[in-house]
Amino acid sequence: MSERLVELEVLRYNPETDSEPHFQRYSVACREEWVVLDALNQVKENIDATLSYRWSCHMAVCGSCGMMINGEPKLACKSFVRDYDGVIRVEPLAHFPIERDLVTVIDDFMDKLARVRPYLIPKQEKPVSEGEYRQTPAELKKYKQYSMCINCMLCYAACPEYGLIPKYIGPAAIALAHRYNQDSRDGGRDQRQEEIAATEGAWECSFVGACSEVCPEHVDPAGAIQQVKIKSTVDWYTEHLMPWLKK
Amino acid sequence: MAEEVSRKPYVREMTYRWIFRHPRYMRYMAREFSCIFIGAWTLMMVWGLKQLAEGRASWDAFLEMLRSPWSIAFHALVLGFSLYHTFTWFNLTPKALPVQVGEAFVPDVVIAGAHYVAWAMLSLVLLKLSGAF
Repeated sequence: MSERLVELEVLRYNPETDSEPHFQRYSVACREEWVVLDALNQVKENIDATLSYRWSCHMAVCGSCGMMINGEPKLACKSFVRDYDGVIRVEPLAHFPIERDLVTVIDDFMDKLARVRPYLIPKQEKPVSEGEYRQTPAELKKYKQYSMCINCMLCYAACPEYGLIPKYIGPAAIALAHRYNQDSRDGGRDQRQEEIAATEGAWECSFVGACSEVCPEHVDPAGAIQQVKIKSTVDWYTEHLMPWLKK
Repeated sequence: MAEEVSRKPYVREMTYRWIFRHPRYMRYMAREFSCIFIGAWTLMMVWGLKQLAEGRASWDAFLEMLRSPWSIAFHALVLGFSLYHTFTWFNLTPKALPVQVGEAFVPDVVIAGAHYVAWAMLSLVLLKLSGAF
C-alpha cells in the first residue's frame, strides 16, 4: 500500500497556557486513501496526544469535523489528503471562537438553531389513533433538499456576513426554518417568521452565495434565504396593501 | 474527582483580508461594486434631464459632452459593469425563484433563460420606442 509523507500545519491553542494560537507542524505518513481526519487521528494516536478536535462518524453524516483546510471550510472526513499538494494547513472553523486547538465554541449557532424552531409544529394536533400526517411525493420534494443539513457549520465559516455581523442568524438556521415552512404538514411559519424575516434574519444576507458553494450536502442555504426574502416581501405587501387577503 | 477546566475562548478578529480568501469573494465584491458605476450613470442621466429643462443650449452642450472621449470611455466601463451585474444576478434567479411542476423542478436554465428573453424583448421595445429602427 502506497504511503506519502504529508506535512500538516495545525493551529494549536491551549487556553491554559497560550495567549494566542500558533501553528504546529507534523510530518505524517499518509496512505493513498486517507482523508485529513485520518491524518489528524494518526497525529493524535502516534505523535501528539494533546491535539484536540471533534469528530464522530467519519462518513460525512454527523457534521462534527468541520474545519478550515487550506483556508476553505471542509469536512475533514471528506477531504482526501491526495487532493492537496504541499503543506496542508488545518485551522478551526472561521468566525467561531476557539475553545482549544481545532475545537470551536458553537453555542451561538446552537442558540440560533433553537430560535428558528427547527421541528414540525402541526397545524392541528391529532391523536395517534387518527394515523400519520400524510404527504405526497411532490410535497416531500418541495423541502427535501433543505432537510439534508447536517449542522456542520461550514456555511457559517464561509459567510462573511456572519463573520462581520455575528447577530445574523445565518445560513443553516434559516435554511432549516425554510425546510419546515415548506412542509405541508407544518403550521408554525408565523412563529419562525419572527426570527427569519427580521433584519438579523434573511435581510442581513447580501447573497454572497458562499454558503451554498461549501455545503457538503448540497442544501443550498443561499437559495433558501432568497426564497425567505421573497415570501417575507409578499407577506408585507399582503398585510399593508391587501389586508383582506390575510387570514 | 474531575479537575476544574478553565475556559478562555480565543476570538479571531475578522480583517478585510476575507475578500482575498477565495476568488468567490472577489467575484461577489465585483458584483456589488458594479452598482456604483450604474448609480453614477443614473446620476448623469438626471443631470441630463436638468440640462434639457434649462433649454436648447444646455441640452446641446450636454450632448456634446456625451460625445467626448472621456464620456465614451466612461460608457464602455459602465456597459461592462452593467453586463456583469445583469449576468451575475440573472444566473442567480433560479435559486430565488424555484418553480415546481408536479414532483420535478423546472430546470435552472429555463428560469434564468426566461429572464434573458424578457430582457431582450424589453430592450427591443425600448429601442423601437426611441426610434433606433
